[in-house]
Amino acid sequence: MKISLADVEHVARLARLELSAAEKERMRRELDGILSYIDKLRAVDTSGVEPTSHAVPVTNVMRDDTERPSLPPEDMLANAPDRHGELFRVPRIIEE
Amino acid sequence: MAALAALTVHELSARYRSGQATPTQAVTEYLARIDALDPQVRAFLTVTREEALRRAALADARFKAGTPRGPLDGVPIALKDVLCTRGIRSTCGSKILERFVPPYDATVVARLFEAGAVLLGKLNMDEFAMGSSTEHSAFFTTRNPWDLARVPGGSSGGAAAAVAADLAALSLGTDTGGSIRQPAAFSGVLGMKPTYGRVSRYGVIAFASSLDQVGPFAKDAEDAALMLQTIAGADPMDSTSVDVPVPDYRAALARGIEGLRLGVPAEYFIDGMDPEVEQAVRAAIATLERLGARAEPVSLPHTEYGLAAYYVIAPAEASSNLARYDGVKYGLRAAGARDLIDMYSKTRAAGFGAEVKRRVMLGTYVLSAGYYDAYYGQAQKVRTLVRRDFERAFERVDLIVAPTTPGVAFKMGEKEDPLQMYLNDIFTIPVNLAGLPGVSIPGGFTHTGLPIGLQLIGRAFDEAMLLRAAHAYQQATTWHTRKPPVDGTPR
Repeated sequence: MKISLADVEHVARLARLELSAAEKERMRRELDGILSYIDKLRAVDTSGVEPTSHAVPVTNVMRDDTERPSLPPEDMLANAPDRHGELFRVPRIIEE
Repeated sequence: MAALAALTVHELSARYRSGQATPTQAVTEYLARIDALDPQVRAFLTVTREEALRRAALADARFKAGTPRGPLDGVPIALKDVLCTRGIRSTCGSKILERFVPPYDATVVARLFEAGAVLLGKLNMDEFAMGSSTEHSAFFTTRNPWDLARVPGGSSGGAAAAVAADLAALSLGTDTGGSIRQPAAFSGVLGMKPTYGRVSRYGVIAFASSLDQVGPFAKDAEDAALMLQTIAGADPMDSTSVDVPVPDYRAALARGIEGLRLGVPAEYFIDGMDPEVEQAVRAAIATLERLGARAEPVSLPHTEYGLAAYYVIAPAEASSNLARYDGVKYGLRAAGARDLIDMYSKTRAAGFGAEVKRRVMLGTYVLSAGYYDAYYGQAQKVRTLVRRDFERAFERVDLIVAPTTPGVAFKMGEKEDPLQMYLNDIFTIPVNLAGLPGVSIPGGFTHTGLPIGLQLIGRAFDEAMLLRAAHAYQQATTWHTRKPPVDGTPR
């Protein structure tokens, strides 16, 4: 077994994803299958091989630091699930 | 006179220029086809009828005044719902974005509008482009126009089916591991993934940022050339778009393939693949040889590790990209949360489907402490080896020819196991890992009448070579002119 139920719960917490008990068990089983398949990567000799993060190497794309108009605040707030004036409203973060 | 919706874009545009047809006539005909046929095909998530008729009328006026903007002026197109369209909801196939209305257009969308293209609507897809069938759409499954019991492929299944069924003259999809080429193969149309960096990703809802690329679905190579011409080129809004010259793709078509060297990779003809697919691809290679190309074997020895590397890299990038769906600035927010963290967790639980959750979990796992080097680091090194395989092959050949998929369109519900679904993409994924351009074109049919895809893979930024070979093949064959039986009136 590559992954335990406790691993699933830990990763779900990291990913901010609430899972039901049934989802956790199914997730464990499916991830276990996928990770077993992915394990074939271990058979590849990669000593001395540089990793590729982007296929087309592009580095330090610079542009002039000039002011440009941005989208109006009202447009950016139009999709907000909850707002207070020009602010996004969220549930309480800090206890009083 | 043939129906306008049956024409290619270059034929339709010629009718506009000669005054034999107007954009409003074509758009009206396409909208009528959508009304009649989309209840069966289910390609569209949103139909933008008024908007389409408004833009068509503007195009009519330009043709009347003798000032059309170019070959896409007045052409009815549709877009995968991963592309942001200002004022038109863009769901990405997800409940979490069901009511999301972008405040801006993706660069590719803005370029199409500047060219005069007329948007018919937004097309169904697997949620966040994660899937190979559209069965992971949060809304419904698109049907294959060649057999309504089968899937059109995915994730850009709506974009493939719309062009196949003449519900749009052209469409755009995105391809992260095969999501343009595989549905093109299943649905019997041309689908091209350009080189990574060739087309701007600004306004493309992100899945795996080092792999995602926008590209066309088209009825033939000439139409694909017109679309690529419009969307290609560096964009200051996407720092990963690459500033290399964009050639005249249409002009490249006529050059033929005399003397071209074709590489045939042994690793793309495997045990368990559909024998009819193999036969069709071998026959297509023989056709290309008759047209003057020379085929020779090449080896891409790390092909068998591509899928495993992809299923580390793509979910890792996705888990990071999808962290933005937190119920704060846009999208769904779940009710009844105790605090902020609980709100995040409940929102994502309610808004994401099973496949997206699976990939977010997988990506988070492979990036988590203790596993990063073993999985993510190793996958990135294997990615280098896959890229080098292609570099070596392209020292000897101009193009690689292979099947797009090991099989043809499968039935809805046939691939329940996630890994079985992933295996569909073994021949398309290495191309994304290497960042290369690839195209799938119709290369035959099974005895039951299902389309078979022929894949051409080229050197970085050499899309012109792919289009040239595709065009030469289409001049010599008629697979791409066949129409699916979906409207009951074979043409």
